[in-house]
Amino acid sequence: MLALPQAVAREKRSGYQDASPQTQAMQDDDAANPGFLWVQQGEALWSNRSVPEQRSCADCHGTASVAMRGVAAQYPKFDERLGRPITLIQRISQCRTERQGLPPQPPDSDALLSLSAYVGLQSRGMSVQVSIDGPARSFFEAGRALFQTRQGQFNLSCSQCHDDLAGHRLGGSIIPQGHTNGYPEYRLEWQAMGSLERRIGNCMAGVRAEKLAPDDVALAALELYLGWRDNGLEVETPAVRP
Amino acid sequence: MVRVLINAPKQVTRGEAFDVKLLISHPMESGQRRDAMGATIPRDIIHSFVCRYNDEEVLRAELFPAIAANPFLSFAVVAQETGTLTMTFTDDHGVVQTETAHITVA
Repeated sequence: MLALPQAVAREKRSGYQDASPQTQAMQDDDAANPGFLWVQQGEALWSNRSVPEQRSCADCHGTASVAMRGVAAQYPKFDERLGRPITLIQRISQCRTERQGLPPQPPDSDALLSLSAYVGLQSRGMSVQVSIDGPARSFFEAGRALFQTRQGQFNLSCSQCHDDLAGHRLGGSIIPQGHTNGYPEYRLEWQAMGSLERRIGNCMAGVRAEKLAPDDVALAALELYLGWRDNGLEVETPAVRP
Repeated sequence: MVRVLINAPKQVTRGEAFDVKLLISHPMESGQRRDAMGATIPRDIIHSFVCRYNDEEVLRAELFPAIAANPFLSFAVVAQETGTLTMTFTDDHGVVQTETAHITVA
């Protein structure tokens, strides 16, 4: 029988702290962190004018290290026009389709991963500061409710593992608290860069639940709750995780 | 074209070893995996790597399957004079790519 320990208020712990020393070393050295292959591509895309509207990101936003500093730390963020929270990847995608005239792409496309890694890097080391004030509040509540709802054939909620059993082991691996401060991140199991949507999809498949579509409001609400849960942790993009 | 990240110091001291670090974006498909239909996915790895410094070979490496995607190579080089590091790698699809880095000896 599995004894469920009492949920206790504990210190926030980045997944970095539970990673092996080898994985940590990969993340610490920019020359060894494979996430920088995507950052490099994102940097090139930032000033790429070869798009239908012939306008690069830099033409509107200027230098990324100035204009994008601290931006990723605030996402997911409530979008007034859409009336819902959107993720950083969705925000970048919005800019690309509406202002650059590019066709929409899935969150795990190379272009969106590269740009979000490059934009995310500009906030590295800063504290996550996701706001749940005003109209974002109801989405935050919905996200929290989803996090605590049992689902799938295994009838498990996110909270049962990532709140109650964090720090214990599932198979050989330590269950992390499920913080999202390193996304998009390079996962050794994927041998590639991937989005938070992909990671959540993995957990959903793990409990035999139906995956949420990338543009589902419920997914954005869940990510808003997860972002708020990270508040105070440092942005680690592009993180390396097992 | 494969994306490559080279990390080498621009300026080095004569006769002192320095580190060259290289990240190559490559799937490194082992040739052991099968697709959804059961057909073998053909092997596609970078199988050879050569690094020259001013036309003198300083490192030659043969690579084998069971190296993860996006391989990371790190090695030390000693320079006596200013020059160019030329790194060439070849994969199973016959793609040959050459990258260079200029090194100034102070």
